[in-house]
Amino acid sequence: MRYETIIGLEVHAQLLTDSKIFCGCSTRFGEGPNSNTCPVCLGMPGVLPVLNRKVVELTIKAALAANCQIVRYSQFSRKNYFYPDLPKGYQISQYELPIARGGYIELEMDHGQSKKKIDLNRIHMEEDAGKLLHELDGVPADHSYVDFNRTGVPLIEIVSEPHINTPEEAGEYLRILRSMLQYLEVCDGNMEQGSFRCDANISLRPKGAPVLGTKVEIKNMNSFRNVMRALEYETGRQSSLLESGEKILQETRLWDVNQGITESMRSKEEAHDYRYFPDPDLVPLVIDDAWIDEIRSTLPELPREKKERFVKEYALPEYDAAILTATRQLADYFEECVRLGPQPKVVSNWIMGDILRHVPDTRDISQFPVTPSHLAEMLLMVDKGTISGKIAKIVFEEMVASGRMPQFIVAEKGLVQVSDEGALEKAIQEVLNANADQVEQYRQGKEKVFGFLVGQVMKATKGKANPQVVNELLKKMLAG
Amino acid sequence: MKITKHDVEHVARLARLRFSEDQLDLFTDQLNTILTDFDKLQQLDTTGVEPSTHAANLSNAFRDDQIRPSLAGEEALKNAPAHERSCFKVPRIIEG
Ligand SMILES: [Zn+2]
Repeated sequence: MRYETIIGLEVHAQLLTDSKIFCGCSTRFGEGPNSNTCPVCLGMPGVLPVLNRKVVELTIKAALAANCQIVRYSQFSRKNYFYPDLPKGYQISQYELPIARGGYIELEMDHGQSKKKIDLNRIHMEEDAGKLLHELDGVPADHSYVDFNRTGVPLIEIVSEPHINTPEEAGEYLRILRSMLQYLEVCDGNMEQGSFRCDANISLRPKGAPVLGTKVEIKNMNSFRNVMRALEYETGRQSSLLESGEKILQETRLWDVNQGITESMRSKEEAHDYRYFPDPDLVPLVIDDAWIDEIRSTLPELPREKKERFVKEYALPEYDAAILTATRQLADYFEECVRLGPQPKVVSNWIMGDILRHVPDTRDISQFPVTPSHLAEMLLMVDKGTISGKIAKIVFEEMVASGRMPQFIVAEKGLVQVSDEGALEKAIQEVLNANADQVEQYRQGKEKVFGFLVGQVMKATKGKANPQVVNELLKKMLAG
Repeated sequence: MKITKHDVEHVARLARLRFSEDQLDLFTDQLNTILTDFDKLQQLDTTGVEPSTHAANLSNAFRDDQIRPSLAGEEALKNAPAHERSCFKVPRIIEG
């Protein structure tokens, strides 16, 4: 039987604030255990959480970019359960009245050939829980250890409708969502450090069937690739169960990255009764039009719009535009360089080739020693014929190593292109004298030898000869 | 709606509370009395009154995004029944 896969994703994104959602503790990653904690985030009796305004602003920003409706009156609730990473015995989250509803993320599949809107159900704010350690010095311990530094770090949960049908669509959804949040400077999108996490719901049903099958929740996938692999695996597992007439259990399964399988997490089934109720410590949130408009006016150009503009404004291929706009920082780098004069497509080629080879994470490109003005100056020197394209590669590597401007490097190392006919004639004559056999072959009609002779001239001039001038002179001298 | 003894047992288990049979009967009765009072409140005509989620007539209590000092040193661990290497120490949790 043919089955249709139905996938919904829940993304938790850590908001880029300095302090936690309800207290003044720092959100910095990687500090000593429990060093960023206070009575509020440790859940001591008698404390009062107070909402961080920036959390609300960043959430509205993300919600507007995802085309959501901002809910004018929202409220925090307590989600009650016991787990050692949760000091209060409840997590402060939003339930009946989330800050944003609806919205969508548009996917471009098959290299932009087809588009698909994935509807969102909601976006809400909540606090993160703490971190449990089960090992000491890399060895499984007989106790667990709790670090509450993450407790109270602000998150948004972005819940999609179950409108995703393949692991590839899931991967594309996550890429687009993450790049959007990074552009907005709402979240740094770092999956290894847990600031962008994804859980999935997946079910199968016979193609065309009106009702959804039993859904399984998958957790513990810490990269886009693992999300796709886990969904692939789970599709196979569920369809073979259905084929053999077995039932799918509604359960939570953990992705085991080493074995490449999902495994049942037989526990806390009863705990799904969270007994939500409005948190009396937190007053309602009322958002008016003025506030929404103010935030809307700060929205930057988003990846999709930027990509389309790059294609139009700079006459770039879609492929180039997609790579250049992958991060806001790289797109800015490109535009600043082009603004200084060189041809957009030439700049794009250098970025996609030489620069990306040196800069693994383009969000850090501002720290790269070759700035847009270094690159622009160098490309203009190529344009003017001051240096050859070949020499540019040498100048570039030198700029990477020293951070010096290209003019200095070219002057100091004597890399200026030789276009002077007299000097080149002399070099060519020497090459002709030294390669009498090849010259003879050429004169008998073996034209392939020409390239060889050009190469010899370039070699003799250490790449500094102007190749066009060499071509012309060489032709003339061979004929004469 | 009526609360059964079974409901009370269920909620008690979720809250990690253990009650005697007598207590279960007593709380079932008491909770039902409270619900009866709510039934009385339900008879009020609330047409045109917006639902509220909070008793205080306040909204938008914010703080600025500013870091304030956290607890110093091992102060955070002082109430912990057990701790080690700056972490709270708890019985081993098998699954994450
Ligand atoms: Zn705190």
